[in-house]
Amino acid sequence: MTDVVNDTTLKTRFSRTERRKRVRALLLVLPLFLFICVTFLAPVAEMLFRSTDNTAVHNALTNTHKALSSWDENSGELPPQAAYLAIIADVKAGAKKKMFTRVGRRLNYQISGVSSMFRKTARQARRLPDDIADPQTALIKIHKKWGDVNIWRGIKYFTTPYTSSYYLDATDFGYVLENGDYARKVESQRVYLNLFWRTIIMSVAITLLTLLMAYPTAFLISSISSQSANLLLIMVLLPFWTSLLVRTTSWIVLLYQEGVINDLLVSLGLVSDDGRLELIHNTTGTIVAMTHILLPFMLLPLYSVMKTINPAYMRAARSMGAGAFTAFRRVYFPQTVPGIGAGAILVFILAIGYYITPELVGGVEGTFISNRIAYHVRSSGNWGLASALGFILLILVLLMYWCYDKIVGIDNMKLG
Amino acid sequence: MNTTTKKIVASFAATALIAGNALAAKDIELTIVSWGGAYTDSQQNAYHAPYMKANPHVSIINDDSSNEAVPKLRAQNEAGNINWDLVDMVPADAIRACDEGIVIEIDFDKVLAPAPDGTSPTQDFGASLVSPCFIPQIVYSTTFGYRSDVAEWGGKKPTSIKDVFDTKNFPGKRSLEKRPVNNMEWALIADGVSPDQVYDALSTPEGVDRAFAKLDTIKDDIIWWSSGADTPDRLAKKEVVMGSTYNGRLFALIEEQKQPVEMMWDWQIFELDGWVIPAGLPKDRLQAVLDYLYYATDTQRLADQSKYISYGPARQSSAPLVGKHATLDIDMAPHMPTDPNNAKNTLYNNIEWWADNRDELDQRFQAWLDQ
Repeated sequence: MTDVVNDTTLKTRFSRTERRKRVRALLLVLPLFLFICVTFLAPVAEMLFRSTDNTAVHNALTNTHKALSSWDENSGELPPQAAYLAIIADVKAGAKKKMFTRVGRRLNYQISGVSSMFRKTARQARRLPDDIADPQTALIKIHKKWGDVNIWRGIKYFTTPYTSSYYLDATDFGYVLENGDYARKVESQRVYLNLFWRTIIMSVAITLLTLLMAYPTAFLISSISSQSANLLLIMVLLPFWTSLLVRTTSWIVLLYQEGVINDLLVSLGLVSDDGRLELIHNTTGTIVAMTHILLPFMLLPLYSVMKTINPAYMRAARSMGAGAFTAFRRVYFPQTVPGIGAGAILVFILAIGYYITPELVGGVEGTFISNRIAYHVRSSGNWGLASALGFILLILVLLMYWCYDKIVGIDNMKLG
Repeated sequence: MNTTTKKIVASFAATALIAGNALAAKDIELTIVSWGGAYTDSQQNAYHAPYMKANPHVSIINDDSSNEAVPKLRAQNEAGNINWDLVDMVPADAIRACDEGIVIEIDFDKVLAPAPDGTSPTQDFGASLVSPCFIPQIVYSTTFGYRSDVAEWGGKKPTSIKDVFDTKNFPGKRSLEKRPVNNMEWALIADGVSPDQVYDALSTPEGVDRAFAKLDTIKDDIIWWSSGADTPDRLAKKEVVMGSTYNGRLFALIEEQKQPVEMMWDWQIFELDGWVIPAGLPKDRLQAVLDYLYYATDTQRLADQSKYISYGPARQSSAPLVGKHATLDIDMAPHMPTDPNNAKNTLYNNIEWWADNRDELDQRFQAWLDQ
């Protein structure tokens, strides 16, 4: 009997210490976890929300929505007088907070010309009496588009509380006013899918180039005496410690048509004076500058992995009769794969979201999707579309990550 | 107490009194947002410095964020934490901010100073009052500069907008702004559309196609710019032979940096620039801003600004007061975009039209760039 009691107390004591250990471990992780929640997860959630949220414009037209709920938008008939009255009521309700013009701004993303129509209506409909006898005629007098069924259908379509329109815009679908639905844009007017595709292709190219350059260099650094290795490492890291903007701008000086490289080629007689190479404001410029900037992210993981490879393995392989190349291919290279994996994923994920370098040296064909996202945040003000593009980019990166895990295996990644 | 001690105590008391008074006259910090560079300098010299001299309790802090003013104002507005007091914007941005309600509407005749002869502000500013939220300061223009030492041109100089699209007689790279605004208008005028019909033409799909077709003819010779400093920089580096930018930047390049560059004023496009007041300022700060604004937009102050930069004052009553450059000892009038010699062919940027069509044309423009 006593044995059993002792046994349970021992068990509870044991589980108590276990629990304490777990709590301590959790507490140690907590600051980082909270930090990631606040600075990363919350903004991503916010972005996802913004890319579908339409409540602001929906709420600005509460009266109109009630009046339009019974109206069949495909009947070809104009909405009833009540809807026109509701518009006037919404103008008055939103006048103080400028909500009504904001609806016009929102609709203008898909239907050109609505912005000024709503601005004009907001200015003039304020003065109309609440119980006006013929609101339809009064509003059409303010702006003739109030007599256009297609515009009304658009208003009903784009002011629902939640919308998928930003995602449709972000995948090159366009709203067709005449039939009130989205359709694939004509080839010559597609923007975003090509940009996503180009971003991926260029990021892959940059990743391969950095690998091509970093692999032999890392091999050299890891196999020479530590004194020379330190010197070489400092040479690798020195640009890494220079400001990104400085490095990008110096590439401009080097690459432009009257720049250092072109002058050198002309003076060597390799190119003629009027046949100067275009090395900047295009894809070449972006790839050259970004390869240089991201090189350390490939080199350092490779170097730290190569450092741990025992040279005795290679010697053993050679002594068993393998040629230099065979020994490298079958013994040395497989051991460096984790380093390649780490470097490649670092460079690729950094590259796919790069913004400032393509902006400065990419011209037109060397820009990334991130430049377009920045444009919508900073210039056009279409934050919904910017969020949709950003979310699609995030999904793409996660997809790539998943493929990478299937091919290379994330557990095989080593940073040293 | 001996006399020395008395003196010390008295002086302490006096110091305390003075300090108390100084604290009573509340110190105010105004954060004024503008474009930076030469433009902010001109505002500092013409408005901020004299205002602070006359009002020692006010200190003005410059913030150079005008480039991103709308999204930043939007973010401040959403967070309910307005830390800007006055913002410099172009009308397109001001109209957008006005639509969104993140800047306030202004009763011009109540808030601004009348002209010296008593003309009301509404009349004095005239057609430049393009939005109820926007107080104009200057008229500037976007126009072309070209290098005067291009060997391949055989001594010819570009004189008309057609020459920008003529790569046979004027070979070399051009620097154009990476946006449809202005470029569409110039393309149509160079293609023979009558300038007063430009926006009507652009309102039709055929007109838009025509403008892009014309731009297509020089597409390979264009380097696109997105910051006002790009074109002067590229002209100086011989990276381009001609390019569009704000006329004040070209003035600095030609007159201050003495580069071999000349102005081509043909079909320069006029635009305005001015102030907006963020919505949601506390009462005391709003009062301070309005006081500053009354001073900084009066007839003399707007004329003073043209001593430092070659932009025309937005008030009609300021024009006769435009004098010499502050340091270069040259008359500013011949360098103004509004000077009769420069303003033979001019176009006003149709702000309202662009507000309606910018979203769609930006998309088209981007697709065209990517082809």
